[in-house]
Amino acid sequence: MTTTLDPIELPEIDFDHAPSREGNREIQFREALREAMSEEMRRDKRVFLMGEEVAEYNGAYKVSQGMLDEFGAERIIDTPISENGFAGLGAAAAMYGLRPIIEFMSWSFSLVAADQILNNVPKMLYMSGGQWGCPIVFRGNDGAGGQLGSTHSWCVEGLYSNVPGVKIVIPSNPYDAKGLLKTAIRDDDPVFFLESERMLGDKAHVPEEEYYIPFGKARLVREGDACTLVSFGRPVHFCVQAAGRLAEEGIEVDVLDMRTIRPLDIDSVIESVKKTNRIVVVDQCWPFASVASEVITQVIERAFDWLDHQPLRVNTEDVPTPYAKNLEAAYQPNPDRIVAAVKKAVEA
Amino acid sequence: MSQATTSEPAAGKRPSDGLSDETLLKWLYDMQLIREFETRTMQAYQQAKIGGFCHIYSGQEACAVGTIGSVEHDDPVVTAYRDHGHALARGMDPKACMAEMFGKITGCAKGKGGSMHMFDKPNHLYGGHGIVGAQTPLGAGLAFATKYEREVLKTTDKKRVCLCYLGDGALNQGAFHEAQNLAGLFSLPVIYIVENNGYSMGTSIARGTTMPDQLTLKAKGYGIEGLEIDGMSVLDVYDKFKPFADACRDEQRPGFVDLKTYRYQGHSMSDPQKYRTKDEVEEFKNRDSIANLVDHLMNKRECLSEDEWTEMQKEIRERVKEAVKFAEESDAPGVEEELYSDVMVNPSKNMSPIGKYIEGAKNPLL
Ligand SMILES: Cc1ncc(C[n+]2csc(CCOP(=O)(O)OP(=O)(O)O)c2C)c(N)n1
Ligand SMILES: [Mg+2]
Repeated sequence: MTTTLDPIELPEIDFDHAPSREGNREIQFREALREAMSEEMRRDKRVFLMGEEVAEYNGAYKVSQGMLDEFGAERIIDTPISENGFAGLGAAAAMYGLRPIIEFMSWSFSLVAADQILNNVPKMLYMSGGQWGCPIVFRGNDGAGGQLGSTHSWCVEGLYSNVPGVKIVIPSNPYDAKGLLKTAIRDDDPVFFLESERMLGDKAHVPEEEYYIPFGKARLVREGDACTLVSFGRPVHFCVQAAGRLAEEGIEVDVLDMRTIRPLDIDSVIESVKKTNRIVVVDQCWPFASVASEVITQVIERAFDWLDHQPLRVNTEDVPTPYAKNLEAAYQPNPDRIVAAVKKAVEA
Repeated sequence: MSQATTSEPAAGKRPSDGLSDETLLKWLYDMQLIREFETRTMQAYQQAKIGGFCHIYSGQEACAVGTIGSVEHDDPVVTAYRDHGHALARGMDPKACMAEMFGKITGCAKGKGGSMHMFDKPNHLYGGHGIVGAQTPLGAGLAFATKYEREVLKTTDKKRVCLCYLGDGALNQGAFHEAQNLAGLFSLPVIYIVENNGYSMGTSIARGTTMPDQLTLKAKGYGIEGLEIDGMSVLDVYDKFKPFADACRDEQRPGFVDLKTYRYQGHSMSDPQKYRTKDEVEEFKNRDSIANLVDHLMNKRECLSEDEWTEMQKEIRERVKEAVKFAEESDAPGVEEELYSDVMVNPSKNMSPIGKYIEGAKNPLL
């Protein structure tokens, strides 16, 4: 037991129960997130949601719309603009035995809470020699939202995945968002859950029933044997677009949506690479010491002999995020750059 | 209840009485320029010519114009993301400001910063800052540097004072509390001007901070003198702020101002504003700072006629239209030259795996 309060007995999670992705119950990404939180909150009173504008305003991005009405102001809690304060408050509430969900309006604003989320939360279990953990979920928008400039366009996965002690989840679609967020809330370890403002309105079939998606299991979105395309979060869509264009030229690729960065399903990547002998990693972070660099390093460590071309990565350009529309477009990974990278890998 | 220690000026002897008609007419011009500029900004935003987050200053004009009008041009100024008003009041060319929001090479930051990040070196504006509270330690730092310049480098006798603006929501950000303590501890000449428009997005000040009616008490906790001012009247702002700023400058110490104001528009361009009533907005519009000043200049000072006011508005409208036209017709920054420039002063080899850092075009303001 790594909290002060006695744990509550909850029904065990059945990860094998995976309802079909096909169907016509189309809801938005933001609704899928809301559904995940609401289901868990109905089951477990220890779970609460705290953050800026989450209650009375119904969420700055309407993720928590209606939740104040259902759960009341004691469990859907508005805060002042005090990220370091409420991140730390959540951390300690989790040590005590509650199950906080802390919303960052944007992960860009989590930087002012860096001490709590990087220095306390991931290390609590270790520092206390296993006495106290931090079963907490931090969630919010990650990545360039569209001309928000350099202070508001952070992709924190590169920076934060360097820190041992946290799980990092980055869904690319509504179905996964619901299942992964439910797993995050139930997890006994701290989870950073990375959403994207650009995808909150995306619609897809999301089963009404409850289901959980295990961490550390990539999803093979598309199959092919010419090259392995690895991505996570929003750029998965760019990969799928690129794969469609490549297919028109007879180049079929595997597209792997990693879904979680820590744990990283490197086994699925290696398995694919052993088939394709080529790999391109697409990552919306800066290239230096990025998740892409990590994936490639692990591939080289474990499957060097299987490679017929050096691994390639498509990252955002290594500059602060520009405001101007044309500069921002050139800065981000896009299908053109992905197609070019795959062709380079394949044609050699 | 005011916690101010600076006494009210005696009736009939307000500091603003000593200002020339020209100065007040210039302030009217600047306030109207900001109002008109913001109207056009909203239009351009709705036409998707401006992107990202965009925060409109309308309603708060007397704050920037009155406080900036109380200090020297080379006193440093730093503010948050609701920064178009400060930029214009500081003297930024509306063309450079508008072009920045259009993401053009002719913008004050060559289109790299955007609405929230306005910088103007020639006008000593050290930025609009997008992260709530980020500018407040910078305010202390600018004050520290000016003091160091005078006391350690001894390259100037000039006592400067830094103006650092923040919203009422930023009162609750940790950085601001550290900054105030440093300013108090090191006796730094920075004035923290809280443009208290009553809301931080949809959160009213009473839901966001303790003692919302006695903000100056918070500053007192850091040994900083505080003052409350009605920010809807530029003359009141000057009358109270000018002596206060002079004292902070002379004594080289910090200050804190609870400048009560109101934003007429939503928090940003995408805010349904369900947290406030139309009546409340109307109430403040009835105390509009521009109308207030026009009335004073026409009926008390008698230095402005209806025709002259109409003429001034027309001139401003033309000037802002021109700024929009200029922004529209300017070029976007070139990807090859500008995406990879201004990353480092010395873009040396092997700084980056992309190996593309270069020197870009000279900033149009320099
Ligand atoms: C650290 C941080 N958290 C959250 C935000 C998002 N945000 C931008 S403005 C704002 C409200 C600020 O209100 P206030 O300080 O009163 O300034 P005003 O907008 O009224 O000028 C919020 C929450 C941010 N930019 N930075
Ligand atoms: Mg405010």
